[in-house]
Amino acid sequence: MITFNNVTKTFEDGTVAVDDISFTVKKGNLVTLIGPSGCGKTTTMKMINKLISITSGTISINGNDISEQESVELRRNIGYVIQRIGLLPHMTIEENVSLVPKLKGWKKADYQKKVDELLDMVGLDPQVYKNRYPLELSGGQQQRIGVIRALAGEPPIILMDEPFSALDPISRQQLQDELKLLQKSINKTIVFVTHDMDEALKIADEIVVMKGGSIQQIATPTELIQNPINEFVRSFIGEDRAKRVTKKREELHASTIMEPLVPEQVTGDVPNLSYHSSLQDVARVMLTKETETIIINGEDGKPIGVISHQRLLQELAGIRAGGAQGGIHSNLF
Amino acid sequence: MESIQIFFDTIVTRQDLIVERAIEHLYLSFLAIAIAVLISVPLGIYISRKRKMAEFYIGITAVFQTIPSLALFGFLVPILGIGTLTALVALIIYALLPILRNTYTGIIEVDEGIIEAGEGMGMTPRQILLKIQLPLSLPFMMAGIRTATVLTVGVVTLATFVGAGGLGDVIWRGLQSWNNSLVLAGAIPVALMALFFDFVLKLLEKRVTPKGIKS
Ligand SMILES: Nc1ncnc2c1ncn2[C@@H]1O[C@H](COP(=O)(O)OP(=O)(O)OP(=O)(O)O)[C@@H](O)[C@H]1O
Ligand SMILES: [Mg+2]
Repeated sequence: MITFNNVTKTFEDGTVAVDDISFTVKKGNLVTLIGPSGCGKTTTMKMINKLISITSGTISINGNDISEQESVELRRNIGYVIQRIGLLPHMTIEENVSLVPKLKGWKKADYQKKVDELLDMVGLDPQVYKNRYPLELSGGQQQRIGVIRALAGEPPIILMDEPFSALDPISRQQLQDELKLLQKSINKTIVFVTHDMDEALKIADEIVVMKGGSIQQIATPTELIQNPINEFVRSFIGEDRAKRVTKKREELHASTIMEPLVPEQVTGDVPNLSYHSSLQDVARVMLTKETETIIINGEDGKPIGVISHQRLLQELAGIRAGGAQGGIHSNLF
Repeated sequence: MESIQIFFDTIVTRQDLIVERAIEHLYLSFLAIAIAVLISVPLGIYISRKRKMAEFYIGITAVFQTIPSLALFGFLVPILGIGTLTALVALIIYALLPILRNTYTGIIEVDEGIIEAGEGMGMTPRQILLKIQLPLSLPFMMAGIRTATVLTVGVVTLATFVGAGGLGDVIWRGLQSWNNSLVLAGAIPVALMALFFDFVLKLLEKRVTPKGIKS
C-alpha cells in the first residue's frame, strides 16, 4: 500500500509541480495517474522511489515513511519503467533485464531463467533477442524490454511512466492485457502514468485525474465515467467515450474481477474457465456446477486466479470489494 | 639523388645520437602523458559531479593551453630551473586540457534517461560510475588521450631548450650547423612517432567502444 499525505513538490526554480496531494494505492491495485502534459504525473511517480525529493508531506509504503528508508534498497524493491525507456546501450538485452536480479544477488541460473520467461511473455524469442543490443531493436521492442526489466527483480510495487506510448495499437492492447493479467494473478501494486484515457479506463482499478499539480478526482473507471466531478474531468473523458464505456460493462471479462490464486484455498473439483470468459459465463458455470469458486486459466491454460461467488455478486451489484485486497506476495515489504 | 645519399650517411654516422635522443623523446612523451592521464581522468570524473565548478577547472586548463609552448617553457625556467623536470611540467600542463575536457564531456553526455534508469533500479552512485558512465565515456576519454599524445610528441621537440634532450636536440644541432640532413634526421622520426601513436590509439579507441554503441 502506498500512501501520499499532503505531498508537495516545489522545484528549485519555484515551479510547484505537485501541490498538496493525498491518495492511497491499495496493495494489489493498479492506479493510473492521468492528466495533461506537465500536470505533475512523472514528478508524483518519481517521489515514490525517491528520484525526486519531497518538499513537504510524506509518502509511506505499508505504513513506513520512505524518507526513513535507504534509497538504494527501496529502489531495488520497486520496479521502474521510465518514460524515456533508458536501456543501457552497452549491455545486451539479457544483461539489461537481469540487472536488478544481479544487484539483488540472485543465482545465475535463476536470473537466466527469468530473462527467458519474461522475453517469452512479451513475445520476443529469447534465442533471437537475448544477445542483441538495445539499438538493434525497434522502438516498440525496446519499450517491451523496459517493461520486463522492471519486472525481473519480482518487486511487489511497479512504477510505469507511459510504458506503452511507443507501441503500435495492437501491441499496446496486447501488453495492456498482459499487464492486467499479471497484476491480478501475482498481486502487484502498480502506479501507471498515462495521458491516454482509453488506456486508463481499460487497465485501472482506480484513476487519479490530475491538473496543474493537484488532484481533480480519484475514482474507479466506472465512477469516473458516471460521475465526473467537474467540467475539466468531464471534458477529459469526452462525451462519446462516456457512452461507449458504459455499454462495455456487459462485456467485462473474468480476468478483470479475478483475485490472486491461493492454491491451498482451492480444493476438490473446481471448474476452470478461460480468463477471457464473460461474467455471464462465470455465473452460468457457478449455477450449473453449484460451486462457490471458479479457477481462471491464463492463455497457456495454467491457473492464474480465482473468482468467488461473493466477488462475482459484488461486481454485478456494482459494490467495490472492501478489505478483500492483499494476501499472497505481500511479505516482500 | 646526392642529397638522399648524404641524408642516409648522416643517419648512419649519427646513429647513436639519433637513437639515444629518440628514446629520450619517447620517454618524456610517455611520462608526461601518463601523469597527465593520472591527473585529468580523476579530475574529469570529479568535476562531472560538481558541474557548477567544472567550467572553472576546464577554464584554467584552457588558459594554459593558449600559452605558446615555447613561452610556457620560458616561464618555467626561472621557477624550476633547467632540466627534465621543467620540460615534464610544461608537457603535462599542455596535455591536461584535451584529456580533462573529453573525460568530462564523455561523462556528462551520457543520456540522462540511462542514468535515471540506473538510479531507479537501485544502482549505487559508484555502480553508476563504473558500470554506466565510464564504459560509455571511454571512447571520448581515449580520443582525448590521443589528441594529447600527438600534441605532446610534437611539443617535446622544444624540451631541448631547457636541456631535457629529445629529438629536438638533433634538429637544433642541425639548424646550428646548417646541416639540413641532420635537421631531417631529427624531424622525420618525430613526425613518424606522431603518426604511429595516432594510428595505434585510434585502434585502441575502437577497441574500447562498447559493442552496443558502435554504429
Ligand atoms: N527538474 C525540474 N526543475 C524545474 N521544473 C521541473 C523539473 N521537472 C519538471 N518540472 C516541471 O514540473 C511540472 C510537472 O512536470 P512532470 O514531468 O511531472 O509532468 P508530466 O505530467 O509527467 O508531463 P508529461 O505528460 O509531459 O510527461 C512541469 O511544469 C515541468 O516543467
Ligand atoms: Mg511525464
